[in-house]
Amino acid sequence: MRKGKSNWLLLLPMYLFTILFVALPIVYMFLLSFLSRAEVWGVDFTFTLDNYKKILEPLYLNTFAESIKLALISTGLIVLIGYPYGYIMARMSAVWKKRMLLLIMIPFLTSALIRLYGWIIVFRSNGVLDKILMGLHITDAPLKLLYSYPAVVVGMVYSLLPFMILAVYSSAEKLDFTLVEASRDLGASSFKAFWTVSFPLTLPGLLSGVVLSFIPSMGLFFIADILGGNKIVLVGSVIQEQLTKGRNQPFAAALSAVLMILTSLMISLYKKLTGSSQLEGTML
Amino acid sequence: MKMKKWPFVYVGIITAFTYVPILLTVVYSFNASKLSSIWEGFSLKWYVELFQDRDIKEALVNSLLLAVLSCLLAVFIGTAGALGMHKHKRKANDVISYLSMLPIMIPEIILGMVFLSVFSLMGLPFGMVTLVIAHTTFCVPYIFSMVRARLVGMDKSLEEAALDLGASPARVFRDVTLPQIMPAILSGVMLAFAMSFDDVVISIFVTGPTVNTLPVKIYTKIKTGVTPEINALATMMLLVTVLLLVGAYVVGRKKSPK
Repeated sequence: MRKGKSNWLLLLPMYLFTILFVALPIVYMFLLSFLSRAEVWGVDFTFTLDNYKKILEPLYLNTFAESIKLALISTGLIVLIGYPYGYIMARMSAVWKKRMLLLIMIPFLTSALIRLYGWIIVFRSNGVLDKILMGLHITDAPLKLLYSYPAVVVGMVYSLLPFMILAVYSSAEKLDFTLVEASRDLGASSFKAFWTVSFPLTLPGLLSGVVLSFIPSMGLFFIADILGGNKIVLVGSVIQEQLTKGRNQPFAAALSAVLMILTSLMISLYKKLTGSSQLEGTML
Repeated sequence: MKMKKWPFVYVGIITAFTYVPILLTVVYSFNASKLSSIWEGFSLKWYVELFQDRDIKEALVNSLLLAVLSCLLAVFIGTAGALGMHKHKRKANDVISYLSMLPIMIPEIILGMVFLSVFSLMGLPFGMVTLVIAHTTFCVPYIFSMVRARLVGMDKSLEEAALDLGASPARVFRDVTLPQIMPAILSGVMLAFAMSFDDVVISIFVTGPTVNTLPVKIYTKIKTGVTPEINALATMMLLVTVLLLVGAYVVGRKKSPK
């Protein structure tokens, strides 16, 4: 029995830590979403459904709709740009694959804030983009792109693109390209070969990339904040506002709970569609 | 089947595009003008200013300390957990490993919200302790999953042979198991470190009024307006990332682990 004992000793920190600081806090979040906010500070432990009723108010429903719309637009663009990228990368030689991975990882692991900050330089009034466009006489006045919707979309696409590329790459890498060649030899056009062979086989990567870019884009309030001013309000922004200025923890908890349920729905939908237990291209 | 040229052109253009904002930041960090729209010549004055900024220095120290502490804790928890789960299969293991992954699966804002409310319920003072706990939760998954994947691919007979030859379990761990899982631990740590060093969303919620981390500091600075000092800071941080990644690439090329 000594063996089993030492095994428990190994497991204990992980079990304790996960239960104490991951599981219980999330349970508390769901509990909190049914409580009400205390007059001055903190939480009043009386059961209520008011927080969820409040989400159904047009103001907050609208925020959810706006967030989902932005997430859809960003994810759509990410698919269009990232899918071909990841697919092409998988067809490169081994050396170039490694080099390209490195090239993608550098911006990916550079502080998200700093990458966004670069876009401020590009977009700001009389900034680099304005200078170029005015220099080429395409426009004659500053475009005022900073703090606009397109700027936020660019920020989202830019921040989340690597997830898509890596997910698609990882599934295209496993693809046996002799299958594609075989279908070409048998007379399929290159489009048909792609559509009937490559595409279905890389679909898990594509869908994984969709999940990985859709989910965070609803919560990344600082992108909307930095590049959108306060014009674009996302679910994430409302949660942050309710926690800081509003001091309404229960309502923030209800919003988070809804966001979390949406997230789990997406992940389980993914697992159902692809039949795999892991998101492609990640360790999740 | 040979590939045509245009796919490579496409990849090249997109890659170049991802570097535009980064390179601009680097270029403008050497700009003598305070306005990022005008180029007034090469200057190092923003770097001088940066190195004299005590707030930034303090925030940098905090961020490094935070990342190191969280990674150390996560290595301990994640590696032990992966080893324990590898030896004996239990139903509960699956539940715990699923739960432990949640912090990197759900949107960061939820994690920040959850910790803010839990820590205020517990009455923990917001500061380094709360930061370390919160960051450890999202560092563990990186290390745990890397080590676990490595253990699955490992040749069990080596450990068995060592035991048969009379080595103590501790010796087997030190001389056989550990060297084999080390690359996994290291790559897990690299990712976890980068994530912790970078985190804004969660840190904003669990930090106290007196403790600033570097990303939180940068966030507040960017919100108040563009300062050339941030360009210099961004360039320095970029340099660190590049060096770490290129280092990992070179090391990985020499002895690429399976």
